[in-house]
Amino acid sequence: MFPELNNLLNTTPEGAEQGKLTLLCDAKTDGSFLVHHFLSFYLKANCKVCFVALVQSFSHYNMVGQKLGVSLTTARERGQLVVLEGLKSAVDIFFRPQEEPHPLQFLREANAGDLQPLYAFVRDALEPVDCGEAAWRCPVLLVDDLSVLLSLGVGPVAVLDFVHYCRATVCREWKGNVVALVHDSGDAEDEESDVLLNGLSHQSHLILRAEGLATGFCKDVHGQLRILWRRPLQPTTPRDRSLTYQYKIQDKSIFCCEPSSEPYSL
Amino acid sequence: RAVSGRSPPPPAPTQGSPCGSASSKDSVEWEGRSLLKALVKKSALCGEQVHVLGCEVSEEEFREGFDSSINNRLVYHDLFRDPLSWSKPGKALPGGPLEALRALDKRTGSGPATIALDSLSWLLHHLPCPILCQTLHALSRQDSCPGDTLPGEQVRVLGLLHEELHGPGPLGALSSLAQTEVTLSGTMGQASAHILYRRPRQRPTLQTQWFSILPDFSLELQVEPLLESQPPSDLHTPSVDPTTHLTFNLHLSKKEREAKDSLTLPFQFSSEKQQALLRPGLGQATSHIFYEPDAYDDLDQEDPDDDLDV
Repeated sequence: MFPELNNLLNTTPEGAEQGKLTLLCDAKTDGSFLVHHFLSFYLKANCKVCFVALVQSFSHYNMVGQKLGVSLTTARERGQLVVLEGLKSAVDIFFRPQEEPHPLQFLREANAGDLQPLYAFVRDALEPVDCGEAAWRCPVLLVDDLSVLLSLGVGPVAVLDFVHYCRATVCREWKGNVVALVHDSGDAEDEESDVLLNGLSHQSHLILRAEGLATGFCKDVHGQLRILWRRPLQPTTPRDRSLTYQYKIQDKSIFCCEPSSEPYSL
Repeated sequence: RAVSGRSPPPPAPTQGSPCGSASSKDSVEWEGRSLLKALVKKSALCGEQVHVLGCEVSEEEFREGFDSSINNRLVYHDLFRDPLSWSKPGKALPGGPLEALRALDKRTGSGPATIALDSLSWLLHHLPCPILCQTLHALSRQDSCPGDTLPGEQVRVLGLLHEELHGPGPLGALSSLAQTEVTLSGTMGQASAHILYRRPRQRPTLQTQWFSILPDFSLELQVEPLLESQPPSDLHTPSVDPTTHLTFNLHLSKKEREAKDSLTLPFQFSSEKQQALLRPGLGQATSHIFYEPDAYDDLDQEDPDDDLDV
């Protein structure tokens, strides 16, 4: 995890809030560093993590995780981490009997219906079990990323329903957290992506948005990070509880600073 | 979905509120659930029973912030936990979202009541728009004339709608059903409501009201905030003449202007100029052209311009 991001979000692995939906969003840049941050953050926080990894291979996440101080292999072996490796299991689905349910069942169907099998997978992975040993702190679902589901033919309402159920079960019932990445294509004609992004934004407690700089690529500043706290518990919490930082990702850390109009020097 | 009669913000309590419906349109930046809860609280404090069809938040979250007097009057129909019957054992309301919506009609038989739909966006995503509109129309009992319904049967319907999630068609259809439409926005941390009232046989009126919602979900109206973030206008700055201290001359003296006006442009042909060109006068230098023909040149002694009438 990036300790600098923890400072910006005013949180620590020991004191992480529970029952929250955090939306990660990127526009004109790669926001996957946020996924790696939260994955290592919740593993360090001793949470039971279900990681729906649709974009990269397990070894990729493991490699980045090691730089950030966690071993995904070890976490998986001791039962703390359950990974759905989308790239691998998407192929499996065509070589197993149709009767057996599969989380990515919608790939077999002519018109991709709902994501109930995927929800069932998440539910089974994170359901608290009463065994004698020390329980994990709270269940966490991490999805990288939801936009992939749109491009695989799932409708935006179906994806919103999946997140709704995850929120109802993981956040509300089990007091856990859900973190999901979604891409903002910036294309005004991509209505499905807009509906998904806005629908998720309305459901979220916290939105982290990584944006490329409006002026284009810069060697010293990789982008801008906007943090928006939504759905405050108290209505009088100032509505403009949002912060903006510019960031540069280094090998094992991230450097953040407030945007300034001065010529940039890092 | 306009709460007609009963005032949405600004509140001026009226007697004998007729039925109707109101919709509250919010966005990601200016959320509307707090306002919906504030309106629910107002209804409950007036002694009405409030039925909430909750699709987007849990019952605990919706009831948060209300005291027991309001919570006792609030009936929460939970479509949040298992709206699509995915769970086993099922915790879903029987019949799914449509039946849950229709059932609200039967539950509000006795006494004035308010129905709050949280949210219309969720219902619009899961029900066909025409069916939703018909059900809402029936729910707010807009078919009956205000005189026919007894005061005890009046039903107010409040709906929360997330504007960015729908196209203009469904938005327009739902708007046409609402007698009052409240669109939320704001500036500099201060929320505002743009309220469109549609009264029968009257022109629609538009009003803007600034407000804030207190921790106990009471509604507090406010005056328009001063635009302090604008810089003060430059009334005291002396105007600076930008033409001073230039390295080039922008002005013409009288003599220069006369000389300029009398100058003939090179391609502006006057008869004097034409004559001067055709007959070079004494003293004017004439130019000579020295031409050494190549071996391949085909010299034609005829003047090619002979046929021109110059």
